[in-house]
Amino acid sequence: MSLFDLDFGSGFRHGVHPPDLKDLTSGEAIRRMPFPDMIVLPLKQHAGAPARPLVKKGDRVQRGDRVGEAQGFISSPIHASAAGTVRDIRRWPHPDGSMQKAVILDVDPHDPQVPRPRIVPEWSELEAGQVAGAVRDAGVVGLGGAAFPTHVKLSPPEDAEIDTIIANGAECEPYLTGDHRTMVEHPERVHFGLRVMMHALDVERAVIGVEENKPDAIEALRRTIPDDLDISVVSLRAKYPQGAEKMMIKSILGREVPSGGLPLEVGVVVQNVGSISTIARVFESGYPLVERIVTITGPGVRRPSNLTMPVGTRIADAIEFCGGLTEDAERVVFGGPMMGNAQADLDTPILKGTTGIVVLTEATAATGPQYPCIRCGRCLQACPVFLDPADLGQLARAGQFEEMTELDLDDCMLCGSCAYVCPSNIPLTQLIAAGKNQVRRLRRLAQETEDGEATDEGESADGSPEKDAA
Amino acid sequence: MWTVVATLVPVVAAAVWFFGVAALLVTGAATFGAVATEWAFDGRDAVSDGSGVITGVLLGLTLPAGIPLWMAALGGAFGMGFGKLIFGGLGQNVFNPALLGRAFLQASFPTAITTWPAVEAGRATFYQSNLALPFLQAPEMDAATAATPLGLMKFEGETTELWRLLLGNTGGSLGETAGLVILICGGYLALRNYLDWRIPVSIFATVAALSGVLHLIDPAAYPGPLFMIFSGGLILGAVYMATDMVTSPVTAAGAWLFGIGIGVITVLVRLWGGLPEGIMYAILFMNALVPFLDRVTLPAPFGAGAGGAAGGGSG
Repeated sequence: MSLFDLDFGSGFRHGVHPPDLKDLTSGEAIRRMPFPDMIVLPLKQHAGAPARPLVKKGDRVQRGDRVGEAQGFISSPIHASAAGTVRDIRRWPHPDGSMQKAVILDVDPHDPQVPRPRIVPEWSELEAGQVAGAVRDAGVVGLGGAAFPTHVKLSPPEDAEIDTIIANGAECEPYLTGDHRTMVEHPERVHFGLRVMMHALDVERAVIGVEENKPDAIEALRRTIPDDLDISVVSLRAKYPQGAEKMMIKSILGREVPSGGLPLEVGVVVQNVGSISTIARVFESGYPLVERIVTITGPGVRRPSNLTMPVGTRIADAIEFCGGLTEDAERVVFGGPMMGNAQADLDTPILKGTTGIVVLTEATAATGPQYPCIRCGRCLQACPVFLDPADLGQLARAGQFEEMTELDLDDCMLCGSCAYVCPSNIPLTQLIAAGKNQVRRLRRLAQETEDGEATDEGESADGSPEKDAA
Repeated sequence: MWTVVATLVPVVAAAVWFFGVAALLVTGAATFGAVATEWAFDGRDAVSDGSGVITGVLLGLTLPAGIPLWMAALGGAFGMGFGKLIFGGLGQNVFNPALLGRAFLQASFPTAITTWPAVEAGRATFYQSNLALPFLQAPEMDAATAATPLGLMKFEGETTELWRLLLGNTGGSLGETAGLVILICGGYLALRNYLDWRIPVSIFATVAALSGVLHLIDPAAYPGPLFMIFSGGLILGAVYMATDMVTSPVTAAGAWLFGIGIGVITVLVRLWGGLPEGIMYAILFMNALVPFLDRVTLPAPFGAGAGGAAGGGSG
């Protein structure tokens, strides 16, 4: 609502401008962290169905061996990220706050940690379905946070007409710099991954979107564009949540993904640059996704770093390697400060989708006292999908979940912009997230009831009017 | 909200400059009435956010310098109690509490609230009528009185020179005469995002456009836009009252409509109504429409209109 909020340029409307705070690690080259003593591999690390364990207690595994198998199309296999012995398969604290079944490995300290030699798939000779299959077998998921299985995006329905691939290098969350360093240090890997994706999806054009606050990444990417590919690099305004899929498509192509729809409905596939460079790795070496780049940062960490580490490294080990916590460290946040969630237990592991660990101090974590909503409307001006977070928050408090869906609750992506701007410090995003969980639960219950009734009807008589109506 | 209180300090100082220390006493009494009521019913925490102080000071600024202090305090108590607390406190009220307090005073004590002392008072002036005992004494004005520019225009057909309006060298309520000071403080609040600039801008633009057209049609009967904007409580109302976040729309489009509505009603009341000033009733009336404005101006969610046009990805 300020005078300076007028947006005359292209791009998405609304959004917020948190300080980017990336200086802590934006100049730190990616380093490799030594293998920890133990690895925790939750079977649920991706959107969709959890994997099914393939190993049992006492089994010996090599780095890259499959320990969990995908269950269904929207799922992903899990691979051992270090050689060692399966200590146990049991429930373990998960970053989302629940307990999830996990394969726990004792890492063999004397193993050279070299994966078994593999046949490297020759991408140019593979058909679309085979590329997606190889990506699926390598356990690649979106590394930007949502961890959506990548092979699903590479297997669009027959009738989809995709004309553009967008590589998402916005990295709009404050503090995080993993994608930034990937683009600066390995731009050719991003291009190679895009080449494979363009081949698989039969698309001629790719656009890499990078926020303007990473000029060195833009420069490195532009310098290395292969001559034979139509790849362009677009500098985007630094505005949160620029990296949200729908916002990014709007900013780059001006297309608006329908409410409740997918990017491919407007002819676009969006993939995070970290995932794209992981696809490149798969077709360079044949190795599955067993490690990723994680930014360990924030004022509460002694030596903020960008680290390559095995998936399943415990937060405690990662922070230990970065010199430990400072005296005034207060809160450990999984992911960025806008969308991440605070951790109660430092034994939780890094997942495939973990972009960073941000440790806040007493001063930076403080939110101040909560006041009543004064209907200032700042959350409405911040919401990138034009919802009314104030009303949604109030309905969530009152437990009126049905009414929340009428206010387009499903369009909320929990970006955190509303809570960020709220002058009364109302935890709007948490309230809305709780509402979303409740709505999901109620829908599942309704579905189960309906399924039960449908079975009853099927047994008694066919052609009942309700059934026809449905 | 203490920032808003801080920006009201220069406005009160200007009132003291024009009307003497009585201005401080009147705003103090109104603030006491509002804050004491809030404290009594909602406790200390409710007072600490500063919103009760804003209500009291703003009410004080709508009153004439010579008003008995007990009336000012009663207005503050009424505005707080029936304008805010009865709805459930901060964030729940429909009407601007300060204006509700003033509307109550105007209905109850029409003489006291329309007796304006002349501005020639010294800085240390206070009026005997300030100390009138509750319900016992009629507020006799002991100093020279002066009509407000709007009153002069309405009842005598006289307009006041613009420079006097700008500097505040006219009769009127405490916050009516310091237009320039209010505009500067309001500009600061708008820059700091404490108020929605759309509301005052749309009020000023509507009043200027409407009165401008009428002035062109008949300059003798209708005053020009600058006089309309700088006279009466329009600036105080547009900058500090209409922009009360609780009682104004949350959407940008709603804010424009809200401001336009206030502007239109103000001009209608001033030119054709029975009262010289209409900003107070204009704001209170539009306050009542805010839930409706919010509902009709809530934007469609992102992608809601994109379904048919972009479907199939043919682009």
